[in-house]
Amino acid sequence: MTGRIHSLETFGTLDGPGIRFVLFMQGCALQCQYCHNPDSWNTQTGKVVSVADVLAEIEPYIGYYRGSGGGITVSGGEPTLQAPFVAELFKACKEKWSLHTALDTSGFCEPSHVEELLSYTDLVLLDLKQMNNQRHEALTGRPNDRILKFARWLSERETPMWIRHVLVPGRTDDWKDLTALGQFLGTLNGVERLEILPYHRMGIYKWEQLGKPYELEGIGAPSDKEVERAYHIIAASQKDKD
Amino acid sequence: MSVQEERITDQLNEKMSWRSFNEGVWTQQVNVREFIERNITPYEGNADFLQGPTEATTSLWAIIQKLTKDEIANGGVLDIDVNTISTITSHKAGYLDETKEKIVGLQTDAPFKRSIQPFGGIKMMVDACKAYGFKLPQDMIRLFTDIRKTHNQGVFDAYTTEMKIARKAGIITGLPDAYGRGRIIGDYRRVALYGTSFLIEQKKRELLELEVQVMSEDIIQLREELSEQIRALEQLKWMATSYGSDISRPAHNAREAIQWLYFAYLAAVKEQNGAAMSLGRVSSFLDIYITRDIEEGSLTESEAQELVDHFVMKLRIIKFLRTPEYNELFSGDPTWVTESIGGMGANGKTWVTRNSFRFLHTLRNLGPAPEPNLTVLWSTKLPQSFKEYCAKLSIETSSIQYENDDLMYPIYGDDYAIACCVSAMKVGKQMQFFGARANLAKLLLYAINGGVDEKLGIQVAPAITPITSEILDYEQVMSVFDQMMDWLAGLYINTLNVIHYMHDKYSYERLEMALHDREIVRTMATGIAGLSVVADSLSAIKYAKVKPIRDEKGIAIDFEIVGEFPQYGNNDERVDEIATSLVETFMNKIRKQQTYRKSVPTMSVLTITSNVVYGNKTGSTPDGRKSGEPFAPGANPMHGRDLKGALASLASVAKLPYEHALDGISNTFSVVPKALGREPQTRVSNMASLLDGYMSSGGHHLNVNVFEVSQLMDAMEHPELYPQLTIRVSGYAVNFIKLTREQQLDVIHRTFHASM
Repeated sequence: MTGRIHSLETFGTLDGPGIRFVLFMQGCALQCQYCHNPDSWNTQTGKVVSVADVLAEIEPYIGYYRGSGGGITVSGGEPTLQAPFVAELFKACKEKWSLHTALDTSGFCEPSHVEELLSYTDLVLLDLKQMNNQRHEALTGRPNDRILKFARWLSERETPMWIRHVLVPGRTDDWKDLTALGQFLGTLNGVERLEILPYHRMGIYKWEQLGKPYELEGIGAPSDKEVERAYHIIAASQKDKD
Repeated sequence: MSVQEERITDQLNEKMSWRSFNEGVWTQQVNVREFIERNITPYEGNADFLQGPTEATTSLWAIIQKLTKDEIANGGVLDIDVNTISTITSHKAGYLDETKEKIVGLQTDAPFKRSIQPFGGIKMMVDACKAYGFKLPQDMIRLFTDIRKTHNQGVFDAYTTEMKIARKAGIITGLPDAYGRGRIIGDYRRVALYGTSFLIEQKKRELLELEVQVMSEDIIQLREELSEQIRALEQLKWMATSYGSDISRPAHNAREAIQWLYFAYLAAVKEQNGAAMSLGRVSSFLDIYITRDIEEGSLTESEAQELVDHFVMKLRIIKFLRTPEYNELFSGDPTWVTESIGGMGANGKTWVTRNSFRFLHTLRNLGPAPEPNLTVLWSTKLPQSFKEYCAKLSIETSSIQYENDDLMYPIYGDDYAIACCVSAMKVGKQMQFFGARANLAKLLLYAINGGVDEKLGIQVAPAITPITSEILDYEQVMSVFDQMMDWLAGLYINTLNVIHYMHDKYSYERLEMALHDREIVRTMATGIAGLSVVADSLSAIKYAKVKPIRDEKGIAIDFEIVGEFPQYGNNDERVDEIATSLVETFMNKIRKQQTYRKSVPTMSVLTITSNVVYGNKTGSTPDGRKSGEPFAPGANPMHGRDLKGALASLASVAKLPYEHALDGISNTFSVVPKALGREPQTRVSNMASLLDGYMSSGGHHLNVNVFEVSQLMDAMEHPELYPQLTIRVSGYAVNFIKLTREQQLDVIHRTFHASM
């Protein structure tokens, strides 16, 4: 089986525990305004590879991944768009090396399409971008109902989750929206960790290269204090619920 | 005292000094390794026992910081004693603050006052004085020009025309022909454990054994050397006396052990301004004394740390007088006081002790610094708590380098140390003839240009037919390049033979060699620069189309590359294989040569910071590197070409065969803090795992830098705010602000592994 990939990183440390092999899939259904890899959206570009090709890329570094309590993370793009490929890859990683597997997803997918993939997935890194549906659509081009449904489905299956929220000043840091996020998280099972990822501007050059207008011009990265505040609001509202 | 009485005093001293130590053959003959094995207390615990700086430490360090500032303000050198030739006994005692120093001794009678060391070459001294606004007296210049010959003069008397041209063109550079060669580690521990009397007695016996029937050249040389060694030990004793210490006897306690050892090292640097004056492997040896004192109740942990801090402070202010050009080649003001820490013992127990922690802890008590060059001998079997402490300090200070004990132990046993950057040698049993390095990237251009230097436009290598095809043909280039390597290997070793013959003759390291066994292994340590440039160039020629652009004389001054080609640093066998076979091929050509004193040829893949200067002197290369652009440091891939992340890059370097580069393979790993993980503890454990992974995959050496690039850029603009900012370069660490602007930019442009 083949898949379309964008790129790979042998030394990933930000997407799941330990040192990880991170595979970036090509193609995404959302078009987030802050995306730092807009070149990974197009489903027709990228490089076509087989599962065996990817396994060969992983193999030399197994010692690092196992020794550090790490594993493989498939990110994107949106990996669930190529769920059968990722499922086969995860399955092989499990069979060959008992490797820890993580799926980094926007959650914009149908549960039925990813049932098999999830059976080989140890951890889901789930992006919850904006609880307010209208703002979500403005930010990503799509509504959030499908994503929230997916989150509830994961919760029912008790899949371990790390929730991630990109903090964009003026777009995703409103008190109300953060409170809503906290309340929603309070209803979920399996959430092991919340990571607030401060918005950064390092991907802008890619928008320029692609000739796409950058909508967040003029917005800067949030300060440490603002990130701290967001953690605080979400944690507090999560508790309220309990 | 009669001879009888002296014996009794010696025995009483030994009994007192060696009290409660486990005995062995080491009490009868010099055997520091066995002493350590029998008496070491391995430490598997964590860093909680460590103590902060004492008031005395803080106040002494403040003096040094003030002097450092003054020195920078004064243009790089604070003071020079131009009237005295430095020898072991040349200067009277000097202090920072005598009332507070637990460990004493300076190279001259005042801190930061540099001395004149002319035996390697008077020109270096004259030029250095001039560059920093001092003047060497005419008498002294005359003394070392007309009356007493120097190493430098001897070398140039014997150099051939070809050697001089090769040197000028920069096909071989960094040769130790105008200053001390260094890279010799005296076993300074012997002075602490035995005292000078014991050592002198042994040397005298050895000299007596050499009263043989046939006085051949090597016996004559050895007899002269032994006599010099004995003289040096006598002078060492005398020097210590000027500081009020009697080191003819063994050290009685921890303070004395550190002091005795430091005196021996100090004597070595007073006499030799060697390129690298490394310390050896002293921390765990000294731990034995500290542990005994603490058990006896005569020393507290805080006092133990204070001794280590004061010792390290002294090592940090070792200074040599050198020209700005020298410093440009090697960056900053390097001395390479390399200390090897950790590793595993032959009995399977670790050599990590509490003192391994204390030495690293100086980076916190005194702040980061390039010296001493703290080198952790990394084994995957090291205690986890020690691994994590190293990783933590690397992240905090970027001041530590790591070398693979699992790789070196089978070759050197458990009592070896690193000289300079990556050169392993058995302490007291092995020395090397330092040979700098050959520029293989330039050699490749010679192959293409018929032996004509692309920068000078003159014939340097033997004239062969230049390659004139429109597109470079891999087989043809390889065949000519191979011939060129034959030529260079021969010329290179011949040149080194001249240098080391003269160094032995005119600037023999008598004190350092007095702290060696009589029968030693000597290596002839060659080196190569530009490995990644050549590997990528050959890959481009093989897998893409490379078209030389020639000037009117037919010299290829640039190259046009059409198509893609695999690049070194991506764990791609197609090009990595070119790099590994290059190392093996050149080493095998070196092996065929005849070496001075039957030394064993070795090779390193190491540049320190000379990658910038080498790049400067080398024209455009077929890999797309433009004329004058820096090479990658050491064995690193060229920056920006490793596209699959850090592990793929490490894997390419780890493939280089250590058995063909026994003098070390240097790799510098730079990473932004965030790319190691989100939380501080995650970063520490990921860093430790990274080191475990690299060493298990056969990597030899790793420099670790953890920095935000923005911080380095800020330091370029505001150096005064970063007096202690330390960064690891190939095999070494430097004060970032002491680098030339060009070198600073090179560091910043290098690959900083970051993930988004």
